[in-house]
Amino acid sequence: MHGDTPTRGHIRVDRDVCIGAGQCALAAPGVFTQDDDGFSVLLPGREDGAGDPMVREAARACPVGAIKVPGPEG
Amino acid sequence: MTELSELPPLSKPVAFPQDRTCPFHPPTAYDPLRTARPLSRVTLYDGRTAWAVTGHDTARALLADPRLSTDRTRPGYPATSPRFAALLDRRAALLNVDDPEHHAQRRMLVANFTLKRAAALRPAIQRIVDERIDAMLAQGPSAELVSAFALPVPSTVICELLGVPYADHEFFEEQSRRMLRSRVPEEVVDARERLDVYLGALIDRKAAGPPGDGVLDVLVHERLRDGTVDREGAIALAVILLVAGHETTANMISLGTYTLLRHPDRLAELRADPALLPAAVEELMRMLSIADGLLRLATEDIEVGGTTIRAGDGVVFSTSVINRDETAYPEPDTLDWHRSARHHVAFGFGIHQCLGQNLARAELEIALGTLFARLPGLRLAIPAEDARWKPGDTIQGMLELPVTW
Repeated sequence: MHGDTPTRGHIRVDRDVCIGAGQCALAAPGVFTQDDDGFSVLLPGREDGAGDPMVREAARACPVGAIKVPGPEG
Repeated sequence: MTELSELPPLSKPVAFPQDRTCPFHPPTAYDPLRTARPLSRVTLYDGRTAWAVTGHDTARALLADPRLSTDRTRPGYPATSPRFAALLDRRAALLNVDDPEHHAQRRMLVANFTLKRAAALRPAIQRIVDERIDAMLAQGPSAELVSAFALPVPSTVICELLGVPYADHEFFEEQSRRMLRSRVPEEVVDARERLDVYLGALIDRKAAGPPGDGVLDVLVHERLRDGTVDREGAIALAVILLVAGHETTANMISLGTYTLLRHPDRLAELRADPALLPAAVEELMRMLSIADGLLRLATEDIEVGGTTIRAGDGVVFSTSVINRDETAYPEPDTLDWHRSARHHVAFGFGIHQCLGQNLARAELEIALGTLFARLPGLRLAIPAEDARWKPGDTIQGMLELPVTW
């Protein structure tokens, strides 16, 4: 699944679930953006969240639970 | 601590919907719902009882739960007014369609409503807002704000975005008003029929000509042509985009303006620091919750903290009550944009969360910010208690708002 890379410590966005609401990019614009089709993608180089404290807020803001943030243990 | 005797007996649930007693607060008649979280019961206009979801976390979980359907053609789908039942046989789109059909429709449209697209529209929105304020200043020093500003701004914006001629605005605004507010079912059906005929003719004209750059142009020249949607489906999408695209934002502008005028200290703070506008808009959306009464039908039994919502039960989400849950928002009746209102459910939640929310935020920030910046003396032209707002059975907002400056 695209964007669903099982890399340790990486945020995952399920593109099959995403409805393009843009709430992640609104909450944490330094980590998330929307592609030309409107769906959520991680900004290059920010796949691990780049330590942005708003990443969890972004995941919680997603209306369809499409964003998975790894726990502190990674 | 609430006395047990103050709680409504189980045999007599609160009637829903009811008119607001103050336009920026839930009706005081809903107070029993606010002390019965996360679930309560309400009685609908037809005497039927439905579940009322009142707790913030529970509402977010249930609005995202696929066992709750928005397909109003299902037997037993709840209705909060006779007008809902009148439109049952009409083709639905987006809001009243379940996945996977809904998902396909949303995917078709979502690129037009991204944050980037809303940001790109900001200069056009600013121009439209400034033109309306220029006209108010030229005719002032007073105006009726709904007709002079709150309605024409989002109406013009959605026309430009969709590719609908603004010259037809009086027609579609009137049909929207009848469809959303009339209590006569025949009038509701007639309004939807007129919108269907109008937008069907517009779609046919677009199909016969060169493609423009409106959302409906793309829908016609790409999706209708390749068979992703049929003509009836395109009309249903056009109706919801046009109606939801101007009515909701117009109500937020009028009610948001009234609310800010009734909170002069907050307004002064906002005028002094326009950087607060995004947070102010978010808090206003939480506080005003203008789409108050989202409807669902349970298609399976759902356990909620020891209570079972049975398959076939109607479920009502009172967004005004949910967004005043004090466990999510301390002092919930206070307008305070220094809190985080981010997780409010004023736009809904789950797969049906408002498609136009990013556009709405941009419009509200520009409309309210520019209005109060360019009219520093803006105030009500009538005593505050004489203001008139919409009845409880439709989208909440001001009926009229006489102002001066």
